[in-house]
Amino acid sequence: MDLYAEEILDHYKHPRHFGHLDHPTVTFHDRNPLCGDEITLELQIVDDKVADVAFTGHGCAISRAAASMMSEEIIGKSLDELKRWNKDNILDLLGIEVGPVRIKCALLPLKALKAAVWGMGEEDE
Amino acid sequence: MSTPTRTQSTEQRPPALNVEAIRADFPILQRRVHGLPLVYLDNAATSQKPRSVLDALTRYYEQTNANVHRGVHTLSEEATAQYEAARAKVASFIGSCCPKEIIWTRNASEAMNLLAQSWGRANLRRGDRVLLTEMEHHSNIVPWQILSAELGFEIAYLRVADDGTLILDDLPRLLDGRTKLFSFTYMSNVLGTINPVVELTRAAHRAGALVHLDACQAVPHMPVNVTELDIDFMSFSGHKMLGPTGIGALWGRRELLNVMPPWMGGGDMIREVHLSGFKPSELPWKFEAGTPAIAQAIGLGAAVDYLERTGMAAIHQAERELIAYAMERLATVEGLRILGPAADQRGGLVSFVLGDIHPHDIAAVLDNLGIAIRAGHHCAQPLHERYRIPASARASFYLYNTREEVDLLVKALHKVVEIFNF
Ligand SMILES: Cc1ncc(COP(=O)(O)O)c(C=O)c1O
Repeated sequence: MDLYAEEILDHYKHPRHFGHLDHPTVTFHDRNPLCGDEITLELQIVDDKVADVAFTGHGCAISRAAASMMSEEIIGKSLDELKRWNKDNILDLLGIEVGPVRIKCALLPLKALKAAVWGMGEEDE
Repeated sequence: MSTPTRTQSTEQRPPALNVEAIRADFPILQRRVHGLPLVYLDNAATSQKPRSVLDALTRYYEQTNANVHRGVHTLSEEATAQYEAARAKVASFIGSCCPKEIIWTRNASEAMNLLAQSWGRANLRRGDRVLLTEMEHHSNIVPWQILSAELGFEIAYLRVADDGTLILDDLPRLLDGRTKLFSFTYMSNVLGTINPVVELTRAAHRAGALVHLDACQAVPHMPVNVTELDIDFMSFSGHKMLGPTGIGALWGRRELLNVMPPWMGGGDMIREVHLSGFKPSELPWKFEAGTPAIAQAIGLGAAVDYLERTGMAAIHQAERELIAYAMERLATVEGLRILGPAADQRGGLVSFVLGDIHPHDIAAVLDNLGIAIRAGHHCAQPLHERYRIPASARASFYLYNTREEVDLLVKALHKVVEIFNF
């Protein structure tokens, strides 16, 4: 039952950075209507770097663990670096094989993060 | 020679199914998943197929394959005969007077789109109303929403009570003469509720509305007779009733179908075509443009043969007993809440939530134990919104499922609770 490896269950039951920031620089909400997963991601940006992060929402163990692990990982990272993140960054964090259906759950936090960091920069594209 | 006297009780109580023999007819039930025997409890999504259906497909492709209604060669004539024979089997299976009342479609969704685009477009206008219910599958909501956005008629929904049954008190208000069509499901694919079709149909007809029945979850599981139900249209899918994917049907009363305009153009649906225009073909081909799903229709005919041999009343009875057992056993799982009515008001499926555990997680743990269930909103998002839950888990049974499989399900759910102990 490696989909529910100890570490994933631990992040699911005790999500890190779960809650709200006092003064988020950017807030982004996204949902996966297919399974009803929802996430609200808040970032505090200082000098183009992630100074702090918080998330709320509900979802399956995979999406919540992904959000929790991602939150730990992105603190201190620059917006430019995060813009280059892709699904492999998340799958590496999770460290499990995720099938074609569950991948949407795993990547919902990343989707919110990407939208948040791209929305931050001026005239980026 | 004495004539056998039929006793009341044998007529009322169908013979029990020989489930072991039935299981032997389904090759896929030999399969193992993650090293364990497959326990297939996702029959409301699609059913498995017996050997006789698979053989019918192979036989058709190996011995008959040809286009229908077009050639005068032997293969084409044989293919046409088999294809039209399947239509006749399906017609008689649902108690229709005649094969031409069966319009082949890809599935029930396409049948409902046909109804909306042909009957709906010709008959609905601003000021009219189409009545649906809160427990409809998206297939019986979205085609009407698409059309309503264009034509401006109103859509109303008969509400669902907390216990998963329709609130009939609202009917008189909603059937006020403006309602031209009442389109509802025979059995909810989420709640399992079997709706009182005869009563609802009577009320609709009294108010001058036609009735369309989404019978996706009924035709595979119980005797359905369109003449006795006195409905006007009915949709269903072959793949949920032991048949192949890619074939379904819209049944309609022929006098209604006769005056409905075609909805798709192409080969087969025309009588004559000139550069200046066309004349549509007669029923049922008027609604069937292009080369149809020939093998699939023949496969569905074989599925109907299988169901008739087994007996629909016996299948229904077996499922009722199994669901009663399942609901009793599920009640032993800590934190498990069943959606929908008591066992005696439902067919063979049960949806539930389990504490805070996401249905995807439930389904994933069960899958690891070889058990296939459905998790999500089951294409009934409005119904889940009504119950204020994002998703649910669903176990749905069919003629080959056993009490042992229910026990395995329940054991696995205890395991889920253990893993995610909330
Ligand atoms: C009640 C109901 N209506 C409609 C459908 C749609 O069937 P299909 O996907 O075969 O068109 C389903 C099956 O998913 C169903 O359960």
